[in-house]
Amino acid sequence: MTDTLTPVLTDNWGDERSWTLQAYEGRGGYGAWKKALSMEPGDIIEQVKESGLRGRGGAGFPTGMKWGFIPQDNPNPKYLVVNADESEPGTCKDIPLMMANPHVLVEGVVISSYAIRANTAFIYIRGEVLHVIRRVQRAVQEAYLAGHLGKDIHGSGFDLDVVVHAGAGAYICGEETALLEGLEGRRGQPRLRPPFPAVAGLYASPTVINNVESIASVPSIVEHGAAWFASMGTEKSKGFGIFSLSGHVKNPGQFEAPLGITLRRLIDLAGGMREGHELKFWTPGGSSTPLLTEEHLDVPLDFEGVGEAGSMLGTRALQIFDETTCVVRAVLRWTEFYKHESCGKCTPCREGTWWLVQVLARLEKGEGSESDLDLLLDQCDNILGRSFCALADGAVSPIASSIQYFRDEYLAHLSHGGCPFDPAASTTFATAGAHA
Amino acid sequence: MSNGIDEKTWGELEEIAARYPQKRSGLLPMLHLVQAVEGQVTPAGIEACADILGISAAEVSGVATFYTMYKRRPVGDYHVGVCTNTLCAVMGGDAILERLKGHLDVGNDETAPSRDGDQRTVSLEHIECNAACDYAPVMMVNWEFMDTMTPESAVELVDDLRAGREVHSTRGPKICTWREAERVLAGFDDGLADEGPAAGPASLVGLNLARSKNWSAPSAETETKQEKGT
Repeated sequence: MTDTLTPVLTDNWGDERSWTLQAYEGRGGYGAWKKALSMEPGDIIEQVKESGLRGRGGAGFPTGMKWGFIPQDNPNPKYLVVNADESEPGTCKDIPLMMANPHVLVEGVVISSYAIRANTAFIYIRGEVLHVIRRVQRAVQEAYLAGHLGKDIHGSGFDLDVVVHAGAGAYICGEETALLEGLEGRRGQPRLRPPFPAVAGLYASPTVINNVESIASVPSIVEHGAAWFASMGTEKSKGFGIFSLSGHVKNPGQFEAPLGITLRRLIDLAGGMREGHELKFWTPGGSSTPLLTEEHLDVPLDFEGVGEAGSMLGTRALQIFDETTCVVRAVLRWTEFYKHESCGKCTPCREGTWWLVQVLARLEKGEGSESDLDLLLDQCDNILGRSFCALADGAVSPIASSIQYFRDEYLAHLSHGGCPFDPAASTTFATAGAHA
Repeated sequence: MSNGIDEKTWGELEEIAARYPQKRSGLLPMLHLVQAVEGQVTPAGIEACADILGISAAEVSGVATFYTMYKRRPVGDYHVGVCTNTLCAVMGGDAILERLKGHLDVGNDETAPSRDGDQRTVSLEHIECNAACDYAPVMMVNWEFMDTMTPESAVELVDDLRAGREVHSTRGPKICTWREAERVLAGFDDGLADEGPAAGPASLVGLNLARSKNWSAPSAETETKQEKGT
């Protein structure tokens, strides 16, 4: 079962004007919402729990359980916030999803809001994706006009307003409490937990924050049932997910498959590695998940399998690098990214990422010494787990794992007096005119 | 009322704030609107946001300086981004950025000097991952996707933009100006949602393969039968 693709969220991406309400309803869209309206909100939460859906934004927390944490006796309004701030390096699934199929997200928002009894929902989209924002804005507008949103929806007495909110450029706002700060009109700096957002989130009120793909999976669960969803995937990682292959494969792209599929199979589906090259290293779920190598090709890509291999499933952002790529250059660039994106709130992250860049840059230039590798690992030890959020934890992942698997390559920079790789060899235009 | 922010803009800023249960939530889109009107975040724009939200100008400045999309200097009519995060860098983004810096004679986050005959201005910035890694190397123009670029196609792109020729995003409409884009980010519809394709070619690789192999998710009916069988 984990050898074939299972298009659900991606199934209509090839349809004519798939982003419109007409096209979406033409395939039965908003049928799940009408079905949900005949159910008790608590029963929808139970159904999502039973389905085994786990958060698709990287952490894999059970979605239904998160919804269940909302204290319904809290007198404050409840809020649903969709995290559409997709920014983790390598992650590129939510953006095409919202571009081609924004209504499945809107339908997921309305069902999920009904389940947790929220009357206001927000979709926080990173600002740097103009056309995606247009598509989601239009989908929300169409849903209002069709009566799927607004006051007394389809005569149910349930009201829901949805606000599409554009961010302004900050990786950290993908972290849920930093996102809430951004949504409250403040600098995007994470909050200390507890209290968790389920108790005191947006405006200190009970708030559910879910990833785009998690919310977009809800209509199919309501429509086909929890057992249907759970029939895909593995024992503890149920259902399907979008796997994003990028880098040195022949046909990079989006592959929607049951959790548990292997990278060996996915590379095969992507037409193999580019001609004449072989896999060197890859990220299973973005740059914040420790690197893996060809020895991990048969690891089941589910939360448990990747965890056992020493990394994390993350966002299924499979960045594939072949033997032309310098791992030190790759890791330095990611580290510069974390340094740039550190919000500055916690000292180990703000100062630590800066120092990591200094040491890595020195190594990359072939300066420094072998003891710098131990210095790096010591710095990583002193950064990991010492900040409010996981940004700095992510920053140390590529460093520690690359030293684990490619220590010799770091040393080669020292003996070579600089980077021994030709950066031109790893580009898409390395073979003249092939992609022009 | 602040200098430079006219009555219409003031009204629109208030309209943004009113979308939210608490008006301060409107600050990010309000700053986008300031940029649409002023071409950058200006002291007048900051004062207007502060007045409308009942917070200090320092608080607004604190927010405006946190987020990278807010500019304290004018950008070009077309703000060109080249992704140089690891994957795009390795796939050619570094080479593209170097070529463009030389061709435009600019450093990072600078506007290229106008040449005789240029109709429009272009600014250049290296950007972080823009969630289109399957189209690497990726560029953005006013936050519209320009997928699968090369140094040559990048040079052609910026020359077309400067010459005022019509340029379309590879997955979107004809590229509007940076100020027009900022207005959309502030939440004002420009009527272009229906332009462009549903998905680019890389987005469809898996779906097309599934179609050709006749693969699909299990049908709910099949599942019910399985349940009965067990």
